[in-house]
Amino acid sequence: MPIHACWGGTRVVKEFNLVIIGGGPAGMAAALEAYALGIKDIAILERDDSLGGILKQCIHNGFGLHVFKEELTGPEYALRFSEKIKDTDITVLLNTMVINAEKNKTLYAVNPDFGFMTIKAKAVILAMGCRERSRGALRIPGANVAGIFTAGTAQRFVNMEGILPGTKAVILGSGDIGLIMARRMTLEGIKVLGVYEIMDYPGGLTRNIVQCLDDFNIPLHLSTTIVKIHGIGRVTGVTTAKVDKNMIPIKGTEEYVECDTLLLSVGLIPENELTEQMGVGMYQVTGGAYVDQDLETDTEGIFACGNVLHVHDLVDYVTMEGQKAARSAKAYIDESMEQKKTKPEIKVVPGNGLRYVLPQHIYLKDNDEKIRVFFRSKARYKDVLVRALINNEVIAKKKVIRLIPSEMESVEIKASDLYIKTDNGINLKDLVIEVEQ
Amino acid sequence: MKKDIICIVCPKGCMIHVDYDENGINSMEGYSCKRGIDYATAEILSPTRMITSSVKIDNAKYTVCPVKTSCPVNKDKIQDVMKNICCVQVQAPVKQGDVIIKDVCGTGADIIATQTLEEEKQL
Ligand SMILES: Cc1cc2nc3c(=O)[nH]c(=O)nc-3n(C[C@H](O)[C@H](O)[C@H](O)COP(=O)(O)OP(=O)(O)OC[C@H]3O[C@@H](n4cnc5c(N)ncnc54)[C@H](O)[C@@H]3O)c2cc1C
Ligand code: SF4
Repeated sequence: MPIHACWGGTRVVKEFNLVIIGGGPAGMAAALEAYALGIKDIAILERDDSLGGILKQCIHNGFGLHVFKEELTGPEYALRFSEKIKDTDITVLLNTMVINAEKNKTLYAVNPDFGFMTIKAKAVILAMGCRERSRGALRIPGANVAGIFTAGTAQRFVNMEGILPGTKAVILGSGDIGLIMARRMTLEGIKVLGVYEIMDYPGGLTRNIVQCLDDFNIPLHLSTTIVKIHGIGRVTGVTTAKVDKNMIPIKGTEEYVECDTLLLSVGLIPENELTEQMGVGMYQVTGGAYVDQDLETDTEGIFACGNVLHVHDLVDYVTMEGQKAARSAKAYIDESMEQKKTKPEIKVVPGNGLRYVLPQHIYLKDNDEKIRVFFRSKARYKDVLVRALINNEVIAKKKVIRLIPSEMESVEIKASDLYIKTDNGINLKDLVIEVEQ
Repeated sequence: MKKDIICIVCPKGCMIHVDYDENGINSMEGYSCKRGIDYATAEILSPTRMITSSVKIDNAKYTVCPVKTSCPVNKDKIQDVMKNICCVQVQAPVKQGDVIIKDVCGTGADIIATQTLEEEKQL
């Protein structure tokens, strides 16, 4: 094909009813649900060479307890969906990177078979997942050397490419990925010297602390961070230091740890460059789109689900969110979605103790719809009540035994309650979700 | 002997203090329900773990294929099982669920593939 044939981006490859960007668990669940609901002409655009997203490298078990009632490994969980997709006529375009997108749901993508493509969709589901926070985002001073990896990159090396990142490793951050990698590297013969966590409590699940660190006598240093990276060409060591309660390193507590590898497990960032290019409104706190109860963004017909919307700790919730986005997309495509944008709308805001809520706004409808509001806390709580308030009246309550920032929680609200408590949508006040003091 | 065990069965995460000797468990406190007792008992008497790892694979898209034990194995066996897994080299195609090693190290557990990897034609 002469190059000019695809020059300028005018070559329309195809129009679809529904295009899903990203073929991880969120995108696969959305595609299958949309297919089951009878949507014709569905496409998944995935930049990797197979479906599955991040699950392909998460070879440990612990996935699917809620959705399948059994413990699967990441690849097994992904196969449950990708095998089903094979039996459908869903168009799966692999090695296909969406590089630009417009508000009118025109997408621009490249792949080795077709080159540059223009794809038009009636509805779009964003399911691009997230990426890891890297050294740049942390601003650790010291040498610019090889041997520093995000935990997920090291995970891909070890679990998919069969490459070990080094021989003596230090892990910064006690998120689950870091903990899982501490065990994984130990099993592969790498000496893991310790996990350093700036907070005074671990970021990951207790189960992972027990089975990934304690089982292998790997020390966890809380309230400790890395203040300097040493080396020429390759990491030769790091300087750690204790931090005070404002997380400022305490002078005199520095320790030098010799290592050739540093893994960073310091958080995930939703991958939303495309979303922003489309001009979709964002919610600062989650780093994802600003959505309503149907997971619709502020742009009609564009929905979001999975880690691109907010970082999830459990893949089961990602799957459910993907299915929900598909149901909303179906209603939108069929034009059976009520003309909600003309309905009164209230904001949902995090109150005392909470960091964020999702959805961030709700269109009021006088029906029996149940709206699940997800939230994360700012700090750790034991045995607390979380309540939903509107006009200073409590409309829902939930007892939570353990509320911690790393575990998402939710509370269910009845649409009809919101309707009544706002005097049939006239007296609009924010819906506040908060920890009862 | 005394040991503190954090129960991981539910999110409450009770700290269970166990007093035990060669004859078994003498006393236990700190648990909030029976599941905690069962967990702590198993952790003291015969702790088991699922092992997940990978084996080398030829003629596939990736150089390793993920595997797991078909059931939890005794914790002391982890190193032995890993040594066995390291020596194995399989050929694509491999299907999820294929048995890679039968009854690994006499644990009664098989090592099974957790991914499906097609044969890639080498050029
Ligand atoms: C390392 C790690 C370990 C985890 N461990 C566990 C666990 O033990 N248990 C558990 O329940 N959960 C775990 N999780 C969480 C869970 O796996 C994730 O929440 C889930 O995989 C997110 O699914 P997703 O579909 O939103 O994103 P992803 O799986 O990240 O999928 C997104 C997909 O979109 C594609 N994509 C992105 N941008 C583009 C573009 N522009 N064009 C085309 N394609 C694009 C990507 O290639 C990717 O395939 C873990 C997560 C990580 C990162
Ligand atoms: S003892 Fe019972 S309540 Fe406590 S963590 Fe274990 S299962 Fe949960």
